[in-house]
Amino acid sequence: MNPIMIPKPKRSSSRWLIYAALLAVYVWAFSGIPFTGIKETAGQVVESIVTGLFAPDWDFVYLPEGEDLLRGLLDTLAISILGTVISAAVSIPFAFWAAANMSRFRPISGSGRVLLSFVRTFPELVMALLFIKAVGPGSFAGVLALGIHSVGMLGKLFAEEVENIDRGPSEALMASGANRLQLLWFAVLPQVLPSFLSYTLYRFEINVRSATILGFIGAGGIGTPLIFALSTRHWDRVGIILLGIVVMITIIDLISGAVRKKLV
Amino acid sequence: MIELRQVTKIYPNETKGLSDINLTIRDGEFVAIVGLSGAGKSTLLRSINRLHDITGGEILINGQSITKAKGKELRLIRRNIGMIFQSFNLVKRSSVLRNVLAGRVGYHSTFRTLTGRFPKQDIDLAFEALSRVHIMEKAYARADELSGGQQQRVAIARVLAQEAKIILADEPVASLDPLTTKQVMDDLKKINQEWGITTIVNLHFIDLARTYATRIIGLRAGEVVFDGPVSEATDERFAEIYGRPLQQGELLDEVVV
Amino acid sequence: MSTQIKLGSDPSQPSLRPKPPGRLKLYMTAVLILALIWGSGKQTEASLGELFTGMPNMADLLKQMFPPRWSYFDNIVRGMLETIRMALVGTTIGAIIAIPVALLCAGNLAPNRWLYYPSRLLLNLVRTIPDLLLAAIFVSVFGLGPVPGILALTVFSVALISKLTYELLETVDRGPLEALTAAGGNYFQRIAYGVVPQIQANFMSFVLYTFEINVRAAAVLGLVGAGGIGLYYEATLGFLEYDKTCVIILFTLAVVLLIDYASTKLREKLL
Repeated sequence: MNPIMIPKPKRSSSRWLIYAALLAVYVWAFSGIPFTGIKETAGQVVESIVTGLFAPDWDFVYLPEGEDLLRGLLDTLAISILGTVISAAVSIPFAFWAAANMSRFRPISGSGRVLLSFVRTFPELVMALLFIKAVGPGSFAGVLALGIHSVGMLGKLFAEEVENIDRGPSEALMASGANRLQLLWFAVLPQVLPSFLSYTLYRFEINVRSATILGFIGAGGIGTPLIFALSTRHWDRVGIILLGIVVMITIIDLISGAVRKKLV
Repeated sequence: MIELRQVTKIYPNETKGLSDINLTIRDGEFVAIVGLSGAGKSTLLRSINRLHDITGGEILINGQSITKAKGKELRLIRRNIGMIFQSFNLVKRSSVLRNVLAGRVGYHSTFRTLTGRFPKQDIDLAFEALSRVHIMEKAYARADELSGGQQQRVAIARVLAQEAKIILADEPVASLDPLTTKQVMDDLKKINQEWGITTIVNLHFIDLARTYATRIIGLRAGEVVFDGPVSEATDERFAEIYGRPLQQGELLDEVVV
Repeated sequence: MSTQIKLGSDPSQPSLRPKPPGRLKLYMTAVLILALIWGSGKQTEASLGELFTGMPNMADLLKQMFPPRWSYFDNIVRGMLETIRMALVGTTIGAIIAIPVALLCAGNLAPNRWLYYPSRLLLNLVRTIPDLLLAAIFVSVFGLGPVPGILALTVFSVALISKLTYELLETVDRGPLEALTAAGGNYFQRIAYGVVPQIQANFMSFVLYTFEINVRAAAVLGLVGAGGIGLYYEATLGFLEYDKTCVIILFTLAVVLLIDYASTKLREKLL
């Protein structure tokens, strides 16, 4: 009677090396965190925040003299709308630059790609700081920061869309004697426009979120009264502003999501 | 008149697409190009309007060399050559009317076409072209709402609106069912006969070629191995062209005849 | 040979043509969008004039940023390490918490209907709050330093990873689950043997993806006092030492791109 052969599971020695490396990284990461420096008042603060959140300062919703919640949210919305429109407009030429099928030479689209990933990586808050130095503090600096930073992502998404188009219509138009611009207008744009719009709306959703914090560094929007309320510990005011932000973003996500579903 | 003189095409990977092709196609002819896939049918057709560049020889359209033409000159020659594709090549998201009008862009300045201001005659022309192929009622439908046969008829209307003197059709019925195949081929034939538009069609089905064409050109490995009237294109000659007896897949008998 | 085609003689009358579709909706949409843009321009006091007058300032600023003061690099290495540390810790804790949260929120696996709706709602609400905002709140609770930053990243990671995971969980193959139920497995056994093998590669990929986002976020958390390299922006910008700011920016870009690259490669290997 033959004993049943039990195959040994494959074992790789490199696996233990990976585990050891991971462990080392985690030890390094956790050991460097000063968990001790937490304020003793934290519990008290949490309590007042919770009270503030559940008893928000409703009066702040509308103040006749201005600088209230509604105007802050409106400003935030305006920053994100304008920033998104600017970035969408700037992204279109960038997309054709970075799309591999639009130029004959690889380095052209390659350089576009590198530039876009550079813009994408450049933090928008830092961009806002620089724009504040250029045009002064206020919403306009925020608009410019969002407008430029968003090109990094939108340009990439647009370029991928351009790369995925059906070449057939372009060929048909070329055969009928169209020039390059006519080709673009009649064969390429109609194919990519709906997705361009859809991506723009998606980026708008992201930009609304970003615009709520631009005020922290002086680039306009609801972030300005929020950081002020936080630093002066007006927790009921923080509560109403948070509520306002959550409601606004939820509504915008719902509307934008519904429109995007219709587009594609 | 289309003249091909010692036309040769060698691809960058050194495979031969076309070798030393000499052909003269007179006005009003209905020519079918047949051959196995890979024989160079599509390359030949696309060389005529220079969607593909040739590497040797010259192609003349009504005495004018398309091989040497550049920029605007090339576009003006192309304007007179309509093309129909196997996959229709319509802009799927645009309306049928806009697809047909796209055939007119070669006639107008860039600015005028980009602002979408086609003259009234163009719109009339587009509608008449659509009524020729019996789908006028679909003018405002989106192209992707139409069936394959209807889409190919839109493509034919686009060529009509282009007022082309020559039609190149690259496997126009390869993605259609037998019944729509007949309708599309009938349309092409009618246009060829009524207006004397020179028509060159790549076909896979030999009996289709015999039914509709006045002249058949057989290609094998980039060379012309048959050129003659339909009466000479017997099954035996085709067996020669193909290098083997005809197969069932190359005939469409029961429907067309 | 002029026009051979005499389509002009065609009897098709304009009256026989189909009616073009109404354009009212299109025009209304266009008007609405233009109004939104115009209103936004007014609200934000955007002006091209201001942009053009600002241009020289911008150019001046860029001029002052170069050449970067490389010697400052030594001062910020610590901050950068702290940034990476924060992202790592935040993502890890977030990923661990995300597992039970995702199970609660997955329509097909949720142990309890009554927990499913509230947890989903809560998750969606949390997802509307940007991580920097969370960080600002945590800073005022716990004081300055990396801990509030880590907490903000943790909350953000929980929200993102659970959402991605529960969407994935809802598409798992039910076959193995049924087999385990038939074999008498309890809830935890069913999850461990029926679900985990199906999703673990994707889950790891989500975690890495979240880590990439968190590194980017951690690089600016310092602007609200929540630790990391971001602290140094205000220090250098405040003293108008733009050549130092430039070093921070370049270092951040390099690290983020490097981590992105490594993480993307790793994710490709996982799937």
